[in-house]
Amino acid sequence: MAKTIFEKHSSGRKGYTLPANDIDLQLEDCIPNSFLRTEALRFPEVSELDVMRHFLELSHMNHCIEKGFYPLGSCTMKYNPKINETLARDDGFMNIHPLQEEDTVQGALQILFELQQDLAEISGFDRVTLQPVAGAQGEFTGLKIISAYHKYKNNHKTKIIIPDSAHGTNPASVILAGYEVVEIASNDEGIVDISALRAATTDDVAGFMLTNPNTLGLFESQIEEIAEIIHKVDGLIYMDGANFNALMGLVKPGKIGFDIMHYNLHKTFSTPHGGGGPGSGPIGVRQDLIKFLPVPMIAKDGDRYYLDYGNEATSIGKVHTFLGNFLVNLRAYIYIKMLGSEGLRRVSENAVINANYIRKKMEDHYYIKFNRVCMHEFVASSKWQKEKYGIKTLDIAKRILDKGFHAPTIYFPLIVSEAMMIEPTETESKETLDAFIAAMIEIAHECEENPENLHNAPITTPVRRVDDTLAVKQLNVKYEIGK
Amino acid sequence: MPFISNTDEEREEMLAAIGVKKFDELLKNIPEKFLLNKECCLERGKSELEIKRIISALAAKNISTTKANSFLGAGVYDHFIPAAVDHVIIKPEFHSAYTPYQAEVSQGTLQYIYEYQTLICELTGMEISNAGMYDGASAAAEAILMATRENGRKKAVLAGTINPNYLQVIKTYTTGVGLKLVVVKEKKGVIDLDDLREKVDEKTSCVVIQTPNFLGYIEEIRKIEKIAHSEPKALLISAVDPISLAILNSPKEYKADIVIGEGQALGNSQSYGGPLFGFMATNLKLARKMPGRIVGATKDAVGNRCYALTLQAREQHIRRSKATSNICSNQALCNLAATVYMCLMGRNGLKEAALQSTTKAHYLAARINEIEGVNLLTDRPFFKEFAIKFNQPVEDVINKLKKLKIFPGVNLTEYGYANTLLIAVTEKKRKQDLDELISALREVVNG
Repeated sequence: MAKTIFEKHSSGRKGYTLPANDIDLQLEDCIPNSFLRTEALRFPEVSELDVMRHFLELSHMNHCIEKGFYPLGSCTMKYNPKINETLARDDGFMNIHPLQEEDTVQGALQILFELQQDLAEISGFDRVTLQPVAGAQGEFTGLKIISAYHKYKNNHKTKIIIPDSAHGTNPASVILAGYEVVEIASNDEGIVDISALRAATTDDVAGFMLTNPNTLGLFESQIEEIAEIIHKVDGLIYMDGANFNALMGLVKPGKIGFDIMHYNLHKTFSTPHGGGGPGSGPIGVRQDLIKFLPVPMIAKDGDRYYLDYGNEATSIGKVHTFLGNFLVNLRAYIYIKMLGSEGLRRVSENAVINANYIRKKMEDHYYIKFNRVCMHEFVASSKWQKEKYGIKTLDIAKRILDKGFHAPTIYFPLIVSEAMMIEPTETESKETLDAFIAAMIEIAHECEENPENLHNAPITTPVRRVDDTLAVKQLNVKYEIGK
Repeated sequence: MPFISNTDEEREEMLAAIGVKKFDELLKNIPEKFLLNKECCLERGKSELEIKRIISALAAKNISTTKANSFLGAGVYDHFIPAAVDHVIIKPEFHSAYTPYQAEVSQGTLQYIYEYQTLICELTGMEISNAGMYDGASAAAEAILMATRENGRKKAVLAGTINPNYLQVIKTYTTGVGLKLVVVKEKKGVIDLDDLREKVDEKTSCVVIQTPNFLGYIEEIRKIEKIAHSEPKALLISAVDPISLAILNSPKEYKADIVIGEGQALGNSQSYGGPLFGFMATNLKLARKMPGRIVGATKDAVGNRCYALTLQAREQHIRRSKATSNICSNQALCNLAATVYMCLMGRNGLKEAALQSTTKAHYLAARINEIEGVNLLTDRPFFKEFAIKFNQPVEDVINKLKKLKIFPGVNLTEYGYANTLLIAVTEKKRKQDLDELISALREVVNG
């Protein structure tokens, strides 16, 4: 394993240069002693080369899109165009301050305004805010809007309904917004059970959160009925847009019954995942909900773009210190402009084709509980392998790492046992998919012929199977500097 | 089509393998009336050359702080960033990697988070740091929720001197869950201790302060601590400027319970205010109440040291409605930039940046204070930011200086401080930059 940077410390080494201070003042002249730090700061002293070697060494232990395929369901790990990185590094974007006067940031405001418009156009909503910085924050913002809507209408509401196939962030966001969670089971076809929904929809229901296509990769075709049931008690329907990569140019969620939706720009619109973020989770809303959107909104008056606080009295407030993840939004803007309407439709079409192609080629080797035409992803399972050979999904996932691929999303959704959720995205080629399929078939054979290969997996990765129980039992969350 | 690998022929082959004749058959589960029968009305897609021209033209419409003499701060600062930082974060292995759930192929990410946590703990003096939050504002809001989870009390006492944007985000995050927010008055640049004493009671879950505060001034932290920790103890949440901690008291020194802050100043550009990242650190006894990812050291199957996500039973993907937070994606790459920055700067570099920022700010404040018609808001100790008050409309000052490509600071009028300007100084300023502002102000005020 790589040493930590702290073990590379050598007193007196420097990894920076700064000009000499041209102000002749001492610290003591400025700040009273009682406010000064007494404990020594033991940051490492290392050279620039030490730092570069260290992080290069670390980088080599990571999988990434440029290295290989990520069949990660609901995560949409598509390729991130390099032009976005070049353009986002323009001085005119990186070095502008969020509190500059509006007339000195017209370019930035124009980008944000047009991105709002484009996202609204693509999804069929009336207005978009770019302030939420992650999908989960988009959910929270949407739920706060639901709450503001009911307050505005003097409705007494306490519950939000969620299907059992929902992402974990959904129930967590509901609680954060101050609602109770009511979970309903999916039906035999893997979609919303209408009778269960009808039974759960009491007068105190504030809304319904639905991922569409859902986490099984299936389109929730009964949305009109769902909307009717929920709207009847004046509830609102929130769409978790994590899977929007399946729908662009094909369906507009804002036109088929959904009232609010978040987008994951770091999924659908190709901004890089960055090892966990920064993402961006804008939301779109229908006309009568615009007044509740976070302030400020970006607006246009003639040729001038400006920050609009006009809805402050009814707004849910702010969810970010400033305007959200501007540089992430900029990358999504570039992506949308490069693809245009036709390109975005092709993205979704190819994402759907790629997913169905893998599904079809894997169906004889792995159990697929809901094996029918899917959208951009599908859920396979190790049920057969577990029953026959005692091989769990975790073992298969780790063995996939040995074959040079990232593992699928595993043990999710919860309604499929030993789940492996596979989403190829449109950027992957047929050869890559064929190689992945071949690896999956080989692994299925290994389960029968060499099960120890699975129990021992992974063996080709930078470290062997990691003990995460030990990480909890003997909690060690920082290096003991100087020991 | 850009960024789609398969050709039309390959597409046909795949459709055939799936067993359908044309793509539309794959949409058979979507009711036909939902399907769009015409393209959206976005403009046609642009080539790389075209988009480059368009985006560069938009960038040119912004006046960057590189092209102006900017003293804007109020939460986002223009500190020096070594070039090597970007060379690390743009590496695809970091840049396009997924969240490190598959530990065996994510050791690079896991180890740098472990090192980041160590550096944040060292800076703040705390025992455990998470892997980061969205920004300082949401970190503050989540810290308040965390305090409530710890002691079950529902009242948060907030310093009236915290960043007003944080206050707004805190409101959004706490109103739905029945928390009562009480704001302590500001007096001469810091919070009024008498008012604080009055507002802290047995129902108080936490006291939230920011030091240096929104106006730049250092709070009377030891006195605040005594009030917050008087029986029955409330938790002390302190929002700090990470650069300041190289020279100012670490939160451990004044017994803070939860430390949060905006991390942008550590190696991240201003970026029109995003991405930012929040940091959060606390003591081990509160670890299980903390939101966000945490990395721990562990061993692999053959006994080698390695890293994994730990205490995941707090998180939404495991605990769903019982999770400590809904956070999933965070601002990981910004945390990486901060890690690389802290390593490059080291103990001496960070101190040097802090020292130059503070001495330059003090020089500037003293000289501005000599100008007739301009006064420092207060003579209290400050770090790198301070407020000045004009006898004339501050908008006029800002507009006149803008013509000289000077951004003299943040107008505090809308935050309740009439004709007051908040001025931030970092180590990047030269004496000539400071002198330019001084003479321009003198001219505008007296000229």
